[in-house]
Amino acid sequence: MKLVIALIVLVLGSLLFHVLSPWWFTPLASNWDTVDTTIDITLYITGVVFVAVNLFMAYAVYRYRHRPAQKAHYEPENKRLETWLTAITAVGVAAMLAPGLVVWADFTQVPEGADEIEVLGEQWQWSYRFPGEDGKLGEVATRYVAPDNPFGMSPGDPAGADDILVRSNELHLPVDRPVKMLLRSKDVLHDFAVPQFRVKMDMLPGSVTYAWFTPTRTGSFDVLCMELCGIAHYAMRGRVIVDTEEDFKAWLGGQTTWAEQRARPAADPAAGERQYATCVACHGPEGRGNLQMNAPAIAGMEAWYLERQLRYYRQGVRGAHEGDTFGAQMAAMAGTIASDSALRNLAAYVASLPAADSEPTLDGDPRRGAGHFNTCGACHGARGQGNHALQAPRLAGQQDWYLKRQLKYFREGIRGAHQADNYGHQMTMMARTLQNEQSIDDLLSYVNTL
Amino acid sequence: MQHTALADQTLELHDPRSFVTKYIWSQDHKVIAIQYGLTAVFVGLVALALSALMRLQLGFPDTFDFITPGAYLQFVTMHGMIMVIYLLTALLLGGFGNYLIPLMVGARDMVFPYMNMLSFWVYLLSVLILLASFFVPGGPTGAGWTLYPPQAILEGTPGVDWGIVLMLVSLAVFIVAFTMGGLNYVTTVLQARTRGMTLMRMPLTIWGIFTATILGLLAFPALLVSAIMMLLDKLAGTSFFMPALVSLGESLEYTGGSPVLFQHLFWFFGHPEVYIVALPAFGMVSDVLACHARKNIFGYRMMVWAIVFIGALSFVVWAHHMYVSGMHPAFGFFFATTTLIIAVPTAIKVYNWVLTLWRGNIHLRVPMLFAIGFIFTFVHGGLTGLFLGNVTIDLPLSDTYFVVAHFHMVMGVSPIMVLFAAIYHWYPLMTGRMLNEGLGKAHFWLTFLGTYAIYLPMHYLGFLGVPRRYFAISGTEFIPESAMSLNASITVSALIVGASQLLFLVNVFWSLRHGERAPRNPWGATSLEWQTPDVPPHHGNWGPQLPAVYRWAYDYSVPGADQDFIPQNHPVSDDERSNAPGGPA
Repeated sequence: MKLVIALIVLVLGSLLFHVLSPWWFTPLASNWDTVDTTIDITLYITGVVFVAVNLFMAYAVYRYRHRPAQKAHYEPENKRLETWLTAITAVGVAAMLAPGLVVWADFTQVPEGADEIEVLGEQWQWSYRFPGEDGKLGEVATRYVAPDNPFGMSPGDPAGADDILVRSNELHLPVDRPVKMLLRSKDVLHDFAVPQFRVKMDMLPGSVTYAWFTPTRTGSFDVLCMELCGIAHYAMRGRVIVDTEEDFKAWLGGQTTWAEQRARPAADPAAGERQYATCVACHGPEGRGNLQMNAPAIAGMEAWYLERQLRYYRQGVRGAHEGDTFGAQMAAMAGTIASDSALRNLAAYVASLPAADSEPTLDGDPRRGAGHFNTCGACHGARGQGNHALQAPRLAGQQDWYLKRQLKYFREGIRGAHQADNYGHQMTMMARTLQNEQSIDDLLSYVNTL
Repeated sequence: MQHTALADQTLELHDPRSFVTKYIWSQDHKVIAIQYGLTAVFVGLVALALSALMRLQLGFPDTFDFITPGAYLQFVTMHGMIMVIYLLTALLLGGFGNYLIPLMVGARDMVFPYMNMLSFWVYLLSVLILLASFFVPGGPTGAGWTLYPPQAILEGTPGVDWGIVLMLVSLAVFIVAFTMGGLNYVTTVLQARTRGMTLMRMPLTIWGIFTATILGLLAFPALLVSAIMMLLDKLAGTSFFMPALVSLGESLEYTGGSPVLFQHLFWFFGHPEVYIVALPAFGMVSDVLACHARKNIFGYRMMVWAIVFIGALSFVVWAHHMYVSGMHPAFGFFFATTTLIIAVPTAIKVYNWVLTLWRGNIHLRVPMLFAIGFIFTFVHGGLTGLFLGNVTIDLPLSDTYFVVAHFHMVMGVSPIMVLFAAIYHWYPLMTGRMLNEGLGKAHFWLTFLGTYAIYLPMHYLGFLGVPRRYFAISGTEFIPESAMSLNASITVSALIVGASQLLFLVNVFWSLRHGERAPRNPWGATSLEWQTPDVPPHHGNWGPQLPAVYRWAYDYSVPGADQDFIPQNHPVSDDERSNAPGGPA
């Protein structure tokens, strides 16, 4: 009897859960309403079967439960009943399959004139490429990939010169125009997925896959990697911003082409040295930092990282949070840099200063810290040496008190939570894996040994 | 049938004399079955503990310092692989297959007892290699149970130095063990059935195990070659699955390989693997249902053909795991069609189980509770398969928690319901003692209701679009706070279900000594294993004379019979007429 009640309660409870559940598909933002319709059809048919079979079973268990003198009926087979059930099931299955195949046919046929945009996946970030004025994406190959050519653009293909390279997790798309996303990976499998668009597709190193859709409303949507790609898989996030046509054009106009990126003159460290005079007061003449001034060591840091941080300070991406009082100081200083080329010269000079060992101030257990560092090492390198390809700066040689403060800032969203901080958001997720003061001290004591 | 004449003599049997030959290097299928079963349950408990750790992270993120993103992936990977291969496959085939095949077909033992013994020891070796990966530098692999390259053998994935190598070696060794066992099961069913045991008189348990073993013998080689090729890619620098790529900023030497090729090979094994687990469960639950409903299984012939048909179809549906893998999209039409066709014979099985209950005489003893629990969970898991098998619906749902919920329902919870039904049902035969009914019922209710509380809500996280294999889901705009509370409640249910398995373990070990003594054939079952001269059966199973079979395995509540079951070895009386398959005409 308990079982009969349980079965009925589970069936009705499942229906109730379905009706009351606040967890359901995100509001659709693409043309794929037919995908949702296919799901609805399947949901209704399977829902009816679920209720019917289980309630029938509950009734059978109730009606034919063992009682004294109860005897079972002897009926090995019933050809007619079995044939009928088979036929009805086949019809139900066909009713679910047919719309699925029709919609799939639409998905495999990309409409004529769809814009082609490339998505490039790599551990653990997204980049995007537009074909530029000629409407053609230039040739790419893995063998051309280098720090100054992250997309692997072929130097010999003129079609690539006007390609617009967006080295950022954020992509903009115009509303109501069909797009064919060409999906490419540099290293392992990834998967480009936007829940509101309904479609997703894996990205494979060595080939180009695709998925198409038409964004139907403006807004900001999460891009998620949905194929396991290593330990920071869960932090491989991006954003698609669907704009009106004008806004999209304005955004695209602000991006640079491959030719422009190549033509940029090299930074001049000698010019940077003159600007560095302003920095000396806090960071010291050799850039070794100063605990009393709360200034970190910057000597020998990677120029690309220094450039990015200086830009973030100037743009209010870093140092603008009210909890970051030291960052506010730096933001004010960065505001005095005259131009982007001055900024690059300054970064080049600082990068040319010889790095020095740091003075440990923390007393953690480096052995336990080594365990925590496994996670960090995936991006920052096993020796904490940094890795440009992963946008991860060098950690070895940095003062532990500074790193500790930054880890806390990341944890608390004081740093890295700004929408435009492309790579900081990963650190906000990673810093949360350290649950207490002691873990942070252990970790940084290990970093001190690197 | 020459072999039956030979088998009637007890002379040629391996005759255990000492403790070591009786319980350690044993060639008796019953002892080997217990060895397989205990090993599988032990390693399954490890996997259960891993799932608890994993759920702690998902339910209560930012709480546990030792669960790093890498460790989380290691838990996920080892939990999945252990549960699918080293627990379910090993327990269903190595455990129940070994125990039941000779007894149910009326044989003295497997036809190759020595190889059967080797099969267990090689399986144990594969388990030890697998467990060793917890203790090597870097720990076990965290590549996900599907082990997709290139990621599985590149930096950035946990266990890339030792863990992945041990995993691949362990799988290869497991396949060797499975092949030795599997050849035995198939040959025994084909060659060692006793007089009168025609194929169409075999209990469905045997049909399920037999068909699953054939699937295994055909499917595991695909996994073996992929494991060997990936080992070569990892250790010898070949490029079977590895295209030219840049790993963490560094160009590697690989060139020209295909990651999708691995996926095809893996799923050519992986999909039949689902049925390697499901078919024995289908078979065993049929027998438990018929016995405890005191009624013949409804539509026996249809049930047999459904098992065979499902087994055959399971080889042409593999790429439904790969709809969004980047393979040619035209494959989607073919694989969606074959996949949904498989729903028809599967649905027939469900109807026939339910119709077996109809007009029965249902004894709701513990094995029956689990069997009915199986029908409920299997219907649920089967129906959600119709979502994922339909290529279009896979676009939003693949790689989300809907997939996790679906496959746990259909090949986690439901086969485990059958395993529990089977253990409660056959424990008296194996040990001569009954399991405690009260503990058994408590175990059933906590497990049945608890698992539903885990997996029903999980589907809805999938509808929402929450990705699987994420260490943490914070930092997205589309996932509401309430999803975090849902995750916490799923974790609480999972911990309760996990802890309630202690009731089962206590019951199994306590009853071994203190359980009520089992009467002969306590459930009044018809099949041969309950008709042995001794309970538990002695070495050689049948005493001097093999049983002869005169009827199918489902003569329950036959009109006019004195009791409500007639054993298979009971001769047919002159006036008996039957319309049963394989019955007297």
